[in-house]
Amino acid sequence: MLNENRMRTLYIDLTNKTFRVEERHDLFDWLGGVGVATRLFSELVLPEADPLDPRQPIIFAIGPLTTIFPLVTKTVAVFRSPLTGHWGESYAGMRLAFALRFAGYDAVVITGTADRLGYAVISPEGVEFKDARRLKGLSTEETGRILRETEPGRGHRSTIRIGPSGERGVRFAGVNVDTYRHFGRMGLGAVMGAKNLKAVVVTGQESYPIADPKAYRKAYDQIFNQAVKTEIMDKYHGLGTPANVVPLNELGALPTRNLQSNRFERAADVSGEAFARENLVRKLACTGCPVGCIHVGLFRREFAEGYEYETVTLAYDHELIFALGIFLGLGTREGIFSLIEKVELLGLDAISSGVILGWMTEALEKGLITEGQVGTRLVFGEAEPYLVALDRLVEQPNELYATLARGLTAAVEKFGGADFACLLGGHEMAGYHTGYGFVLGQTVGGRHSHLCNGGYALDQERGILDDRDRMVRRLIAEEKWRQVLNSLCLCLFARNIYDEPTTEMALSSVGIEVSEERLRELGGRIFYLKLETKKRLGFRPDQVRFPKRYLETPTFQGRLDEEVLLDLHKRYLKQIGEL
Amino acid sequence: MRGDSSLAKVLTVTHMNRCIACYSCMLACSRVVYGHFSAAKSAIQIRTRGGLQSKLAANICIGCFGPPCAEACPEDALVARKGGGVRFHSDKCTGCRACVAACIADVIAFDEEDAKPIVCVQCGSCARFCPHGVLEMAKKPVEAQ
Repeated sequence: MLNENRMRTLYIDLTNKTFRVEERHDLFDWLGGVGVATRLFSELVLPEADPLDPRQPIIFAIGPLTTIFPLVTKTVAVFRSPLTGHWGESYAGMRLAFALRFAGYDAVVITGTADRLGYAVISPEGVEFKDARRLKGLSTEETGRILRETEPGRGHRSTIRIGPSGERGVRFAGVNVDTYRHFGRMGLGAVMGAKNLKAVVVTGQESYPIADPKAYRKAYDQIFNQAVKTEIMDKYHGLGTPANVVPLNELGALPTRNLQSNRFERAADVSGEAFARENLVRKLACTGCPVGCIHVGLFRREFAEGYEYETVTLAYDHELIFALGIFLGLGTREGIFSLIEKVELLGLDAISSGVILGWMTEALEKGLITEGQVGTRLVFGEAEPYLVALDRLVEQPNELYATLARGLTAAVEKFGGADFACLLGGHEMAGYHTGYGFVLGQTVGGRHSHLCNGGYALDQERGILDDRDRMVRRLIAEEKWRQVLNSLCLCLFARNIYDEPTTEMALSSVGIEVSEERLRELGGRIFYLKLETKKRLGFRPDQVRFPKRYLETPTFQGRLDEEVLLDLHKRYLKQIGEL
Repeated sequence: MRGDSSLAKVLTVTHMNRCIACYSCMLACSRVVYGHFSAAKSAIQIRTRGGLQSKLAANICIGCFGPPCAEACPEDALVARKGGGVRFHSDKCTGCRACVAACIADVIAFDEEDAKPIVCVQCGSCARFCPHGVLEMAKKPVEAQ
């Protein structure tokens, strides 16, 4: 809570339609964001119950600098992932963190299940439980529109909602946050669906006096100026994350056609430059971020002869272009936009969806699954059949799709094809085939994301493989420091602005005196509490699998050697005390 | 000549379409003018017109010459400012809300906590923190008088 040494925690019980607020002094030591959420989740998760058991908690949290400092815009969600079975952690921007800040809550805990489809409205006064039956089966867009017209707070509220995929328990369903951002990864949408919770609206107009205006304004101005007047954030505002497409292709690190290749011959057509030139219509920002990395493109589709067009605007990013384009051999922006639109409306995680479609295409080629089961002929480079398959992933008309809806790990157990299933740590891969750092990093990372420890960036450092212990040490140190950044809930794009002294200065300016050393201690504490909790949920750090595909297709660092990967993993286990 | 060079500048929305919805302007107003972490205590209010897929709008003081809010103020807390808009003497304000009712642009909100109106004082803080050239301080054309 601003100006207070406590965490204002809102507990919502959907089963009994009740709520209570606890002022938790003890949580202050966890700073905020993922620190607080990790602690709360560890207290409340039920290891013996299924991830989709309604009693399982969803935790949302923001940080001590949320909204009041530039680029501190994220909300973290922690939950038991129905996709991996253990740790679920996902971040979303847009307006949710801002809305929680001015609704006056540092953390929100949701347990139980609504007796019928409902939504919750969170405000400074508490929680209202509302009937959402009219929203049943509706897309994320239509759900958003109706709630926008029903609920007050235009321009300052946040509306998070699931699509049909979350309602139908697809284990890689995400949650759409205010149209353009998402809790994408690890299946929060399915967890909300299991709770009969179609949406949450957050609204509030609370204000907090600034205790030390001079110190605060000095710190704010310094960070603001760094964000807008230096080159640090240029790439994010300019082309945005799709700026990565061309360089990754040149490096030979762009996972193409289910990672059969590390280069895409049509990369130039789907590059950040091409999207910006041909489709970009505006940029938007998460509330409180002066950079504005959200790139919105215009997709004009001819639906009939006689100059009949329909037009939609969609946000695009590197991960979407990778997963719903390059990974499927799609070399047209129109094709990619049509898949992005589908995934948005259904409320699916774009990365998992694309990686699953890639595996399906190859499994069909290899005869592990049949065209009859798939219901269409999937071919790399053709968009239409993928649109059919995405609908069917949600409808789950047969055993194949019902299995796929549980994620790729479940699908390969049943249908085989594990060697070319692009999974790391049981989670569908992100768009970087850079080398050992990426493969190991996503495999061991707390939430099995490329963002856990930035291994893909490490891979691009010269000589990084010369000293394996040092490389592993760097991965671990990065993951621990990112626990601090994620406790602040800032956008990781701003990690080069919020270095240790800057972070300390910003916290101090709002009355939180914490040394760099203490921050590092916190990072380690969260890292280990997460690991310990994951182990309680059945995760085995010593059990890893590196699918053959990662070893066959050359990376930026060349072809990977399984022995080296296993050796790096062993060193990792040793360094974190698991060996 | 579009403006009289002797006049002070007033807040102007020059390029609304360029707004990225970062709300840095609102946070700047509440921080610099009102000393609060707040989005409500801001004399500039950014709104969507129909969700984030729509255009954005900025509700700001239009910097009247002969401002009705000042005319309505019984305590001389609001005083017409050279160049347009008003100056606000908070110490004289009794919180009667006459200015809120009088504002022809409907942009004066009332701060229930402080029992004072939230009035733009044309300080330009919001424009200074706009990263995308949406807002600027400009001289109001004399014809507008």
